Amino acid sequence: MNTRKPPALAVAGTAALVAGSLSPWATFAGYPGKMSLGGFPGGARLFCLLLATGAVLFVLDLGGRRRAALAVGIGAAAVVAVNFAGLMDHGGGIGSVAWGAWLSLAGAGLLTAAAWRLPAGTPAPKEWPVLPVAVEVAAVAAAVLALLGAVVWGLRINESSRFVSFLVFVAFVSVAVHHLGVFEALGVLFARRQRIALVLGGAAAVAFPFTQQGNAYWIRVFASIGVFAVAAIGLNVVVGLAGLLDLGYVAFFGVGAYVGALLSNAALTTVHFHVPFLFVVLLGGCVAAVFGLVIGTPTLRLRGDYLAIVTLGFGEIFRITANNWDGLTRGPNGISGIPDLAAAGFDFGESHALFGVTLPGFANYYFVELVLIAGAILVFTRLNDSRIGRAWVAIREDEVAAAASGIDTIRLKLMAFAIGAFLAGCAGTVNAHVTTQVSPDSYTFLESILLVAAVVLGGMGTVPGALLGSTMLFVLPEKLRSFQDKRLLLFGAALILVMRFRPEGLVPSKRRRRELRERAPEGVPGLPGASGAPPGSPVAG
Amino acid sequence: MSLLEVRGVTKRFEGLLAVDGVDLDVGEGDILGVIGPNGAGKTTLFNCLSGLEAPTAGAIRFRGAVLSGRPDRFTRAGVARTFQNIRLFPHMTVFENVLVGRHCRTHVGLASAIGRGPKFRREEHESEDRAAELLGFVSLDQAGDVVARNLSYGDQRRLEIARALASEPGLLLLDEPRAGMNAQETRATADLVRRIRDRGVAVAVIEHDMRFIFGLCDRVAVLVQGRKLVEGLPAEVQGDARVIEAYLGAPAG
Repeated sequence: MNTRKPPALAVAGTAALVAGSLSPWATFAGYPGKMSLGGFPGGARLFCLLLATGAVLFVLDLGGRRRAALAVGIGAAAVVAVNFAGLMDHGGGIGSVAWGAWLSLAGAGLLTAAAWRLPAGTPAPKEWPVLPVAVEVAAVAAAVLALLGAVVWGLRINESSRFVSFLVFVAFVSVAVHHLGVFEALGVLFARRQRIALVLGGAAAVAFPFTQQGNAYWIRVFASIGVFAVAAIGLNVVVGLAGLLDLGYVAFFGVGAYVGALLSNAALTTVHFHVPFLFVVLLGGCVAAVFGLVIGTPTLRLRGDYLAIVTLGFGEIFRITANNWDGLTRGPNGISGIPDLAAAGFDFGESHALFGVTLPGFANYYFVELVLIAGAILVFTRLNDSRIGRAWVAIREDEVAAAASGIDTIRLKLMAFAIGAFLAGCAGTVNAHVTTQVSPDSYTFLESILLVAAVVLGGMGTVPGALLGSTMLFVLPEKLRSFQDKRLLLFGAALILVMRFRPEGLVPSKRRRRELRERAPEGVPGLPGASGAPPGSPVAG
Repeated sequence: MSLLEVRGVTKRFEGLLAVDGVDLDVGEGDILGVIGPNGAGKTTLFNCLSGLEAPTAGAIRFRGAVLSGRPDRFTRAGVARTFQNIRLFPHMTVFENVLVGRHCRTHVGLASAIGRGPKFRREEHESEDRAAELLGFVSLDQAGDVVARNLSYGDQRRLEIARALASEPGLLLLDEPRAGMNAQETRATADLVRRIRDRGVAVAVIEHDMRFIFGLCDRVAVLVQGRKLVEGLPAEVQGDARVIEAYLGAPAG
C-alpha cells in the first residue's frame, strides 16, 4: 500500500468537518445532543466526526476508495442535512441553525469534491488468501460484535432526528465499507468459517436481552420480530427459492396462531383442553402445512401474477372465515386471555434474573423464538443445498426446462408451499402466547404484504436477508414514532430508496444478484470465445 | 422391438393440424434424422415425444410401455431432450445445471435432505461424480463454476446436452443442435452425437442442415405439413422426388 500526500481540498474539508462537529449546531437550547453547546460532539455531530475519520482514504491506496470516499463525503452532508431539517422544524426557520452546522456542511462538501477528484486505488486481489484460523475467527467475531453493537447503539437512541441521522450514518458507512470490498471479504470468511460464524451469531442473538439492562421495551419488540422472522424465513422458501409469489401467506401464520390459542386453555376460548406446548408448536405447523397443501393443489398450476391473485384470495377467505366461524374462533372477538407458557415450574411470563441482569418475561419468548429461528435456518439452508433446493431454483428459472429435465414441478412446488406454511404455523403458535390474544384482524392482507416486503427488502433467498428485513420492518416504524403522521411516508420512502439502489435486497443471494444485475457479466476464465451471448439471441429458425 | 414406437400421433391446435398421424420407430443405437420445411410440425412432434404437449390422438411407447402425462414422467422413463432456443437455467452455474438433470435419478426426500444422513451424502457424491464426468464428455470440465448464461452459444448447446444426458436417457431428442454454429462447431457437434450413440443412447435429431443430417444419421424421416412423407436411408431420402418437390416445389408444367 502506497501512502501519498493528501490533496489540500481533502485536508481543508476534514478540518472543517471536525471543527464543525465540535461547534454548536443550534442557536436554541433543547435540541437533542445539546447542540447549542460547543466543544464536544454531542448528538448527531458524533456521526459527522466519525465520518471524518474516513479521510484516511485519501492517503491509503485501496481499491474502490474513490467511491468509498464519495460515500463518506455525501454521508456527512446527508447527516447535516437531516439535522438542518430537524433544527428548522424545532427552532423555526433557518436562523435556528448555528454556524457549526454550516461549517460541517462546507467541510462535507469539500470532502465530496476532493473525493470526486480522487484517482481510483489499486484493487485488492480477487482471491482471498487463507489466513490463520485465529485471525479469521477474530474477524468473524469482530463483524458479529460490530453488528450487535450497531443494533444496541441504534436502539438506545430515542430522539427521532438523531435516529434518522444514525440510520443515514450507518447506511453511508455501509456503502463506503462495501466499496472497499469488506463485505465481500466477510462473505468469503463467513462461508469458510460457517460453523464458528453460526455459533457467534447465535451467541450475539442470545446476548441481546442482556444489553437492555432490564428494560422490557425493545425485548418486547424483538419478541415480535422473532416470530415474524421465522415466518419470513418460511416465506423465503416459497418466494426466494421456489419463486412462487404468495400474497396470502399470513393465513398460514394465522392458522398456527389459532391452533396455539385453542389448545392453550385460554380464558376465552371454545376448546377446553390443554396440550403441552412442544406438541402444539409442531401441530400448528402441521395443520398449517395441510392448509398449504389444500390451497396449493388447485392453485400451483397457475404461474406468476395469477398465483399471486389466487393466494391473495385465499388469504382473505381465511380471515373472513375466522371472522364468522363463531363456534370455533369466536368471530371478531377472537380468543383472548391466552396464558403464558409454563414448563416444569418455569413461568415464561415472569421476569427472571440471570448474571445480575433482570430479564423481562418477553426475553423468555425471545429465547424460544431463537430456537425456532435456528430450526428454520437449518431447514432453509439444508434444503437449499440439496436436490430439492436445486429443483426449486430450476423451476424459478425456467419451469418448462425444469419439467423437461425430469422435475415433478407440481410436487416440488407443493413441497415448498407446505414447508413455508409449516414454518409460519410454528411461528403462529408462539405468537399466540406473545400477544396473549388472537383475532382475525391481525391477519390482514397488509400483514402478508409486510412479510413479502421483509423478504424482498432483506434479500430473497438468504437467511440473513429475511432476518434483517423483518428487523427493519419492526424497528423502523417504532423508531419513527415521533414523526407521527409522517411515519408511514418516511417508511415508504425508505423502502423505495432501498429498492432503487439495491434491488436485490440488503443481503442478496449470489444468484439473485446475478439475476438483477444483468449489466455486469462475470469474467469467464479459460474459455475461448466466451463472450456471454445471452441465451436465445442468435437463434436460427 | 424398437426402443421408441410412435403410432398415429396427431396434434391439433384449434383449426391447425400440426402433426397428422405420424408413425415412427427408433431402435437401440439409432441416430434418426427428422427433416422438413419450416412449419412441418417437427418441433411439435418432439414436444409430444417429450410430454410437453399431449397428442390429440395416437400412442407413444418407450421400451414397450405407453408414455403419457407430465414431461417429468417422460424424462424418468428415459426420453430426454434439448430445445431449439436453448433453455438452460441461466443464473445457475454450469455444474448446477447438470446436477438438476440428475433430479429424476436421485431420491433423497425432505427428511433426509434436512438430516444429512449417509444416504444423502452418498447420493450427492454420486451425482457430483456423474456431473463431472458428463462435463468432461462435452468438454466443459473447465467451466463448472461459470454461470450458464455467460457461456458462449456453442458451449450453452453442449451444456444443455450434458444436462439431458444426466437423466440417463435411453433416447435423446435434439432440436436443431447446430443452429447458429459455424462449420467447425457443426463437425464437433456431429462427432458429439456419434459419441452419445456410442454410450448406448439412441438419438433423434431435428436439423435443417442437410449435409449434417445425411452425414450423421442412420435413417432420415421427412415431415411435410404434419405428415411423414418419406422415411429411409439417407441415400434413399436424398434422391426421393417427393422430398425434392416438398422443398423446392413441383416442376412447372
